[in-house]
Amino acid sequence: MTENLQFDSQGRLRHFLTIEGLRRQTLLEILDTAKSFISVGQREIKKVPLARGKTVVNLFFEASTRTRTTFEIAAKRLSADVINLNIATSSANKGETLLDTVRNLEAMHTDLFVVRHNRSGAAHLIAAHVPAHVHIINAGDGAHAHPTQAMLDAFTIREHKGSFDKLKVAIVGDIQHSRVARSQIHALNTLGVAEVRVIAPKTLLPTAVERLGVVPYTDMKAGLDGVDVVIMLRLQLERMRGAFLPSEQEYFNLYGLTPEKLGYAKKDAIVMHPGPMNRGLEIDSIVADGPQSVILPQVTNGIAVRMAIMALILGGSPNESRSRAPRASE
Amino acid sequence: MSLLIKGGHLVDPANRINGARDLYIDTDGFIVGVGRAPTGFKPKRTLDASGKVVCPGLIDLRARLREPGLEYKATLESELKAAVAAGITTLCCPPDTDPVIDTPAMTQMIQSRAWRFGMSFVHPLGALTKDLKGELLADMEALDEAGCVAFTNALAPITDTLVMRRAMEYAASFDLLVLLHSEDPWLRGVGCVHEGEVGMRLGLPGIPEAAETVAVARDLALIDQTRVRAHFCGLSSARAVQMVAEAQRRGLPVSADVTAHQLHLTEHDIGYFNTQCHVQPPLRSKRDREALRRALKNGVIGAICSDHQPHQPDAKLAPFSDSEPGISALETLLPLTLRLVHEKVLTLPEAIALVTSRPADILGLESGRLNVGATADICIFDLKQRWTLTEDQIVSRGHNTPFLGQEFEGRVGYTLVGGHIVYEAAARPKLRRAHNQ
Repeated sequence: MTENLQFDSQGRLRHFLTIEGLRRQTLLEILDTAKSFISVGQREIKKVPLARGKTVVNLFFEASTRTRTTFEIAAKRLSADVINLNIATSSANKGETLLDTVRNLEAMHTDLFVVRHNRSGAAHLIAAHVPAHVHIINAGDGAHAHPTQAMLDAFTIREHKGSFDKLKVAIVGDIQHSRVARSQIHALNTLGVAEVRVIAPKTLLPTAVERLGVVPYTDMKAGLDGVDVVIMLRLQLERMRGAFLPSEQEYFNLYGLTPEKLGYAKKDAIVMHPGPMNRGLEIDSIVADGPQSVILPQVTNGIAVRMAIMALILGGSPNESRSRAPRASE
Repeated sequence: MSLLIKGGHLVDPANRINGARDLYIDTDGFIVGVGRAPTGFKPKRTLDASGKVVCPGLIDLRARLREPGLEYKATLESELKAAVAAGITTLCCPPDTDPVIDTPAMTQMIQSRAWRFGMSFVHPLGALTKDLKGELLADMEALDEAGCVAFTNALAPITDTLVMRRAMEYAASFDLLVLLHSEDPWLRGVGCVHEGEVGMRLGLPGIPEAAETVAVARDLALIDQTRVRAHFCGLSSARAVQMVAEAQRRGLPVSADVTAHQLHLTEHDIGYFNTQCHVQPPLRSKRDREALRRALKNGVIGAICSDHQPHQPDAKLAPFSDSEPGISALETLLPLTLRLVHEKVLTLPEAIALVTSRPADILGLESGRLNVGATADICIFDLKQRWTLTEDQIVSRGHNTPFLGQEFEGRVGYTLVGGHIVYEAAARPKLRRAHNQ
């Protein structure tokens, strides 16, 4: 399996598995396409026929409501037929392997699988074993990637801040276990953000995290100083085995985003959160519901961004253009 | 059948031979002459080894044969065929079979079944603790009597330090060799890759270098205490090598080996979730790999082993952390060792010693050398022959290897066990029986 798995033999985007390795132009095309889809959700008839006749299977091996629903709405707004496969009733629980599950669904002529799995690399594995006409979108795999979330975050940042190149962005919380953070870091760096910071105690920062192109901070005040965007991450208590933190209270005291701590950032800084939020643990309700919060617009934007990505990989971009991988000469 | 191996380049590091010599083997399968024919010797067959290297048959310190209990992965017969095709004439099988090798009956069963196939010699490694549970000591003396050449808990950790101390003390009472896979299970946790740049980028749970060094430190303290003869298996980190070197300088009776793949691959070979690179201990950094190579050169590490772990295909068709660790590695042991020669890391005699006489010395076996009077376990290979590892070339039942599609230089032509030709590349895949006539 290689980076090129995401592209077909003509260099077109075939799967959407990770931001890593995608060019800036591809990301901008996704953002621009998403922008053109925003209006679809505001119409009375919220549908375009770009994926009519296509079958999309939401294959969620890990619980999710928000992401699955936004993918479902996105696919339906593109006029695709959507099936949601619930892990609780899936044969995977009867011992069937991941690939066998996919092969059975593929035999039902699925065009696109939206895959969420609690193991890093699951979407890559599936993408490496499906036939050429089947597409995969990674809706979150282990601690590896959540590329559509990163794109909707980038979309939201652009909507509020205009361009990327002068921005300082801080990502706060459980970087160690966060697929969202990894994808955000790749997206923001590719889009040319001036500085990406990560803020967490060392137990929640991966070893050698600076190799991702970020500046690590363990102190909230220093880390938030002068930033334009604050992205709070959910504390993934379910993924934490062992002693990562002394207590939730201590975490909130040190890293919970309160109005006071938000005051270290620029006055017009926006606050983001991929959800679901733990109020009073990683974010104070006053901030979450406050004027700088763009958390609900993130959710709205998520539908347009997912529509854009689905349309691009299914070959139905409204601009009839398709992303291409960089060629040696480019 | 008496045999003359003629015109070959003989490499016998134990006897400091590195040059053209003919080799004479009598009808009982013993070497009766090196360079000079014994009086009246008339060979029934002559093997033309001109242009080829003739060396002792390879000795592999760790190769899973999967039998009994895991025959869906491989069998003694399938893996012994693979071993002789790879020039391996003696191998040790770890006790993590099902049932575990913790009784004399199991030891004898494996030996007698292996003997029946008449290919490589198989030496079982006895369990250090019953059922590898790390609680009660196995009957080591009885297992030794039955034919176990050393004792190990394989990859199962002995978490209770007192049990480890007692196991070492007991083994030391009878001068038994203990093989250690040193990894702290708590620091390993659910890790499946080296805790470094690649694992961090892929979001895979990491195993820090400290998982190895903490355990090596603990084991060295206990070796110091008990004075057991101990051997560290599959070292993967520069720091652990340093610690073993220091212990050797202090005079502790410790040796170490490295797996062939650790000498060539690093964490970066995992690429995007290549499960064929899922191994235990994990592939580490380039710096670690260079330290392992230096340790071979300066003698701290005394053996290269395959750590052969054949798997059924679907063992690797899973998300990385759910895939089973291990490489089917018998057939790449010699080629990967020779690659170190081609890369000028080692001389040919140094490389051959690491897979013949030096592992024999670690185990206390007489094999691994071509003395007059020794059993004629011999590997004849072409150092220059280029070939590509493809699925249909693999004799092992397990095709799980990250080296598929790679070109190697150096290929086995003949393998002899006890004076019998048990593998002949020209007759591939025909394999003959040796010691059951």
